[in-house]
Amino acid sequence: MATTTHTRQQGDLQPRTTRTRRRRGIVRVRWYTYVLLALAAAACIFPVYWMFVVSSVGSEAATQLPPRVVPGGNFLNLLRLVFETVPFVRSLINSFIVAALIAVGQAFLCSLAGFAFAKMTFPGRDTLFLILVLTMTVPAQLAVIPQYMIMSQLGWVDTLQALVVPGLVSAFGIFWMRQHISATISDELLQAARMDGANSWQIFARIAFPVVRPAAAVLGLLGFVNAWNDFLWPFIVLKSPDLYTAQIAIKALQSNISVDLGLAMAGSFLVTVPLLVLFAFFGKQMVSGIMDGAFKG
Amino acid sequence: MSATLTPGGLRAVTPATATRPVEKRWERLAPYGYVAPFYVLFLVFGLFPLLFTFYVALFDWNPIGDKTFVGLENFRLLGEDPRFWNALRNTFSIWIISTVPQLIIALILAQVLNNTFLRLANFFRMAMLLPYITSVAATAIVFAQIFNRDYGLLNWFLELLGFEHIDFMSSAAGSHVLISVMVIWRWFGYNTLLYLASLQAVPRDLYEAAAVDGAGPVKQFFNITLPSLRPVIVFTVIMSTIGGLQIFTEPLLLSNGTLTCGTARQCQTLSLFLFEQGFGSFKFGYGSAVGVALFGIIVVVAFINFLLSSRLGKKG
Repeated sequence: MATTTHTRQQGDLQPRTTRTRRRRGIVRVRWYTYVLLALAAAACIFPVYWMFVVSSVGSEAATQLPPRVVPGGNFLNLLRLVFETVPFVRSLINSFIVAALIAVGQAFLCSLAGFAFAKMTFPGRDTLFLILVLTMTVPAQLAVIPQYMIMSQLGWVDTLQALVVPGLVSAFGIFWMRQHISATISDELLQAARMDGANSWQIFARIAFPVVRPAAAVLGLLGFVNAWNDFLWPFIVLKSPDLYTAQIAIKALQSNISVDLGLAMAGSFLVTVPLLVLFAFFGKQMVSGIMDGAFKG
Repeated sequence: MSATLTPGGLRAVTPATATRPVEKRWERLAPYGYVAPFYVLFLVFGLFPLLFTFYVALFDWNPIGDKTFVGLENFRLLGEDPRFWNALRNTFSIWIISTVPQLIIALILAQVLNNTFLRLANFFRMAMLLPYITSVAATAIVFAQIFNRDYGLLNWFLELLGFEHIDFMSSAAGSHVLISVMVIWRWFGYNTLLYLASLQAVPRDLYEAAAVDGAGPVKQFFNITLPSLRPVIVFTVIMSTIGGLQIFTEPLLLSNGTLTCGTARQCQTLSLFLFEQGFGSFKFGYGSAVGVALFGIIVVVAFINFLLSSRLGKKG
């Protein structure tokens, strides 16, 4: 986050300074820079916008030539039809339960483990951390058959905990929180608390966690987004329509040939809306969160 | 064996305070407890299933639990199965068409975004993360529509320019391109942000000095940007290899939910083939053999890519 703020502040420098630096020809923003960036931004935004256009008009928007690019007023009607066609409210609630539990689990468990790796010394710590980093490269998805067999043994096939439990904590999240905790919490502060007789749990809960709560919140947010959008695993373990997550429900909606395209698009757009809302409020934090988690040099 | 807070000097202090022995033992064990949830979940839902895949692959195994040991028979069948080789070709084709342009686009955009005086910088960054937060399931329907043979936006546009309509999903090449476009769309912005973060850590003086020496943007890119980004490029190449070779959802949903991805299996990837065998034909053993093969392929390709990308920008 520090890097981003720094950049923005520099951007607000006095015009005079700007001109001097520009004359040296190093940082001048050329016109084609904006053309390039505008094209990239348009490419990113257009499919989502087009989804809204078709959902607000109906399938005729998708088949009419030249294509219609202005939204219509039919969105709520189509949405009502979506709710009548599939148990969509139920699916949205399921998705919300799964994503929220994973968000909370990740924010808490990754912070706790990150704290242990960043601020505690214990035998085997470095080896454990190396293992953690290596697990990020394990292509776990190709083990879906045994994963399914385990869920079956546990009696978790066709339950929501099959989605929640494996996602409660992640190697990426621990790695990320460790970086944050190392960077933001001074050893002196923890040492002082330790002298006062606080144990490690108290130090985590009363000192460390409150300080890194913003970072933990961004991690939870990213966990929410990923859980909300997950497709393959719910597709495998969920059987009954009552337990479908929103993604599986729109898949059911889309592959139903008797369902019109406008309807399928309205359902798809509806599933995207909660994330668009989150993104509108916290998009900037998510951007800096992803950038903070990256390698620096 | 003591679990004190860093720095180690604390060890001398802790015993002197009024902590009771029981509490001290708990304190020693506490950090293991804090990191345990991850390792437990990884063992149960990650490592064990992966190892178990190798075991299941040696059996004729159906979902009811009937199993017969067949040794390497599944692998022999796999080697003779044209569907496997077809899926392998498709996987590599889609992976290359989607990864190479994606990372090049991300590099260029990161370089462009890394400008202190850029206006609307936050808007551009957020716009590029938008595809990452939308789901494949929701956007697949949009891409299918845009690339639709009869009424798609793209074909309408091609017709305006005097070209023939393209039926993307019916051919191998077309479906691979369409799937790749979707993958590129989802991930280029995310990778741009990773590269940008890394670029911002490069001292600006380096560029200024290069500019003073008369190095233009292209020369700066190859002599400063690329070498500085090497670690993050290695990371993204490895991650795109691991993710790209396991691609599943895009081909499944763009082909309207068919596990073969079209009648001629024109875009069936190894993950789809694994899924088709395991959950469509209920051959857990044969499906696991596909998983083992895919695992081997990923390890080899990721390793080659690691070697290649670590050499980027190095002289000689």
